[in-house]
Amino acid sequence: MLDLSVAYNRYRFLGDEFLTWLWYLVENGQDAFRSADPDCMALEIGNRVVLENRKGKSIERITIKGDDAGLEEGKMALKKGALVTELALVFKTGDHEWQFSIKGESLNLSSLKVPGPALPQSPEEMEPFLLDKTQQFYKLIDFIKKMYKSFIKIRISSGWSSKTTPAIKKWVKMVEAA
Amino acid sequence: MGILSSAVSITHYLVEGKFEGTVTEIVAKGLKKNAIPEIDEDAVEKAAGWTSFETPFQPKFEGSSFVFGNLFIFSLRIDRKSIPAKLLKKHLTLETSKRLAKTSRRFLAKDEKQALKDKVTADLAVRVPSTPSVYDLLWDYENSSVCFFSNLRSANEELETLFKRSFNLSLIRIFPYTAADLQAELTDQERDVLLGLSPTHFSN
Repeated sequence: MLDLSVAYNRYRFLGDEFLTWLWYLVENGQDAFRSADPDCMALEIGNRVVLENRKGKSIERITIKGDDAGLEEGKMALKKGALVTELALVFKTGDHEWQFSIKGESLNLSSLKVPGPALPQSPEEMEPFLLDKTQQFYKLIDFIKKMYKSFIKIRISSGWSSKTTPAIKKWVKMVEAA
Repeated sequence: MGILSSAVSITHYLVEGKFEGTVTEIVAKGLKKNAIPEIDEDAVEKAAGWTSFETPFQPKFEGSSFVFGNLFIFSLRIDRKSIPAKLLKKHLTLETSKRLAKTSRRFLAKDEKQALKDKVTADLAVRVPSTPSVYDLLWDYENSSVCFFSNLRSANEELETLFKRSFNLSLIRIFPYTAADLQAELTDQERDVLLGLSPTHFSN
């Protein structure tokens, strides 16, 4: 394995591409989410998207936030060559939802709200509460792990340049036309 | 933000290696040996160590207090003493004046100034209480997985060092490269392709 600090910087673009691909799938391929977790009814974009354009000499950062935030500006940034570096998402099953943000460079999760029981009111309730909560954390972690694995398998295949990249480019182009 | 918070941050790790022996006993030993020390009456500015998830200000690792079902749950505590710059300046000025008067000199040498600053800082550190920061940790030993409830770089670095020192096991942080290399079940050939990847541009 490579030196991890070198690998962190060398391959951080994979995380940004992963988030950009996820956004594309949110609008064009929800079936992929159900393949990763049959309980997933939908994956939706949340209230924050951060994009970075590293094409020029300086890094241009665009942050879109707010519950009613229009994503058009973000899509225009994609058109200009930006990638998603942070994405708020909502993972929905039939009855529950998981809200979270994920960073491309680290795959770290933040602002994660999971469904589950109310806070324990007695020491006896602590263990079942923690086990339930842990199950909810890992449901999301496993989902992301499976989606990232799917992404990497596609990313290292010839289909990435022959199918996926053209499809994402077409989607980005449609954004401009819309 | 800890496990009990309504919104949490998680940094995910894989644990490299397994114990030989009774796992709970080994973990308990590592926790006790590296429990957070009290520094409030010491001239120490920072301390880091393990503490109990349920009683973070009274570390106790007796019995199976850190075992919840098939999980180990405990916390990393980092205590820091923050000496206000103006307070340090005041005491340093007073001490410098005393020293100059005592030696009948007009200036202190550079080394003397630094030594005096270190002494004043140490004296103040004894009098200033530490501020604790507590970060929860959830360890699924069977699956070699750790969820650390903070994305703060300094806390994560402290965790990685302390975990290795306590249990002689390494934590591997999951980020784009490690997730691909360790979790995507790649063949050697696919791993070679991964190493050669370069960024894609989606703009036309």
